[in-house]
Amino acid sequence: MTILPGSVGTLSASDDIEHAIAPEPGRTALLKDMLFGQASTIFAFSVVVIFLLVAILAPWLAPYDPLAQSILSINKQPSWAHWLGTDQFGRDVLSRMIHGSRNSLLFGLISPALAAFFGTILGVTAGYFGGVIDRVISRVVDLLLAFPELLLAIMIAAVLGGAFWNIIAVITVAFVPGFARVARASTLAVKQEPYIEAAVAVGLRTPTIIIRHVIPNIAAPILVLMTLWVASAIRLEASLSFLGIGTRAPNPSWGNIIRDGLNNLFGSPWPIIAAGFAITCVVLSFNLMGDAVRDVLDPETTR
Amino acid sequence: MGLGGGDVMNIAVTGDDLVVVRDVGKTFSEAGGLVFGRAQPSVRAVDGASFEVKRGETLALVGESGCGKSTLGRLLLRLIDASEGEIAIDGVDILRLSSNDMRQMRARVQMIFQDPYGSLSPRRSVAKIIAEPLEIFGLVQSRKQRRDRVAELMIQVGLSPTFMDRYPRQFSGGQRQRIGIARAIAVDPQFIVADEPVSALDVSVQAQIVNLMQDLQKSRGFSYLFIAHDLSVVRHIADRVAVMYLGRIVEIGPKRRIYDFPSHPYTQALLSAVPEPDPETRKSRIILKGDVPSPANDPTGCSFHTRCPIAQPICRAERPPLLETASGHLAACHFAKPHPIPL
Repeated sequence: MTILPGSVGTLSASDDIEHAIAPEPGRTALLKDMLFGQASTIFAFSVVVIFLLVAILAPWLAPYDPLAQSILSINKQPSWAHWLGTDQFGRDVLSRMIHGSRNSLLFGLISPALAAFFGTILGVTAGYFGGVIDRVISRVVDLLLAFPELLLAIMIAAVLGGAFWNIIAVITVAFVPGFARVARASTLAVKQEPYIEAAVAVGLRTPTIIIRHVIPNIAAPILVLMTLWVASAIRLEASLSFLGIGTRAPNPSWGNIIRDGLNNLFGSPWPIIAAGFAITCVVLSFNLMGDAVRDVLDPETTR
Repeated sequence: MGLGGGDVMNIAVTGDDLVVVRDVGKTFSEAGGLVFGRAQPSVRAVDGASFEVKRGETLALVGESGCGKSTLGRLLLRLIDASEGEIAIDGVDILRLSSNDMRQMRARVQMIFQDPYGSLSPRRSVAKIIAEPLEIFGLVQSRKQRRDRVAELMIQVGLSPTFMDRYPRQFSGGQRQRIGIARAIAVDPQFIVADEPVSALDVSVQAQIVNLMQDLQKSRGFSYLFIAHDLSVVRHIADRVAVMYLGRIVEIGPKRRIYDFPSHPYTQALLSAVPEPDPETRKSRIILKGDVPSPANDPTGCSFHTRCPIAQPICRAERPPLLETASGHLAACHFAKPHPIPL
């Protein structure tokens, strides 16, 4: 017998209020934990902040006009006047790096964000509704996945041309399949959870269920993927610029600084070293931040 | 409530029947793929279920796991669409409602879930979880009103309102089940399907939750369909009991009659398996041979004949109808009598 006869009717609802519940780490504590929990995260976060500040303050930080050429100071070694030397047109490499960070970071942040947005919509729709909708979306996504990102980007850029928003669109399209895949798989898992059935039983509309109950519970892997692909977007933009379809010369981006530098490798190696180092730093930092976000966003871990 | 056409029933609704179920069945069939599809065997999860739930009563639905009792509970709330039959709740034929009208109907029918961990969204605070049905049906207008109402509900289910901004992960299983109950009673429903609400809880907590559910029923007068496999819990809470085997209701009747005078051999076997706390009382156990047949491969005739100790040739040939053996007590067995069959 599971019911003790003595307990029948003696417990009324109000006299057994339970007071013991697990303590709640506040949101600020969680954020602190995320940002300062590990040395690598502190490093990554500082690097990202510094680069963002540089990009925002570029016109005030850059010592020279990044486009100004000078026949008198070609291929100069680093000096107090030109900290990173000059390139084959006599342009100040540091100024080009600072201005180039704007293009690189804009691509790096906007494209993954847009790709996450569209990819999540596609993936959640496919995963939640299933059936024919799922088959159609999944096959289109597979089709996009079959192309290497760079090849896909080159194809679209070749058709649309290399304007700023075209390149954003190109990188976005190249990244959408990955997000759609992750969103679909996570949605399939979340859809099986009893709380989704509970939301239906309570009387919620399907769009509300998706927005309130599905998306918040699949947000963690998508945010992590986003931080990882910030790095990939910067790399892809660099590759596109390197191939001549990204940021157009003479405007600087880290990618076309490397491209120009390669033609002039023996004149001055400093453009390549600087841009390569910057890309490595940012990519590494975003990857480390991705790890930190993943650790903190798991709702079942109370650290 | 905008319940449009289609709610005229051809089922006679008597005054005290809240839920009327007639010949409800559900067949699950797996559709093959678009190109490489292969026909999957279909599974008959529920077959020809007919019963009523009266206003304010608790009808317990018992049976082994896999017998279709949870599926039947979900059919009544249209969380799964029935393959055939009719379900009327308070005179409304819910199977003919549009999805919009069905959503309106959910203000009157709610559910308490088995899994207190999975049934609460981990990213929403307790207040948000409990307030959700209130908001859907426009029962609260302002933020303050919402918090007051949530606090009231939390007190009613035995939780301190000071925890309303906490998250489900911080609560114990029993506390979470109380949150689930608060959510279910928030809109003051007439009918609640409770799908094994205590089977995932500690024995000590089970008693508290069952008592809470009974107290709430007493003060609010709603009806329960209480799905369970624990016959001791059922004995405590039920007014009437329905026994399911392989998707069919094999016996239904008042609790006293089912427990004291079970008519169906399967019910007798189930009851003989309940542990007896007093070691002095010896009782004969009926041990059933073999396993439950797969619902995809339903036996002919009486579905219980493969395991029944008194099976006769007629049991293999003919499916016994659910017939009254005593007043309000029905059993689906060719040999059912008003008293237990000697096995």
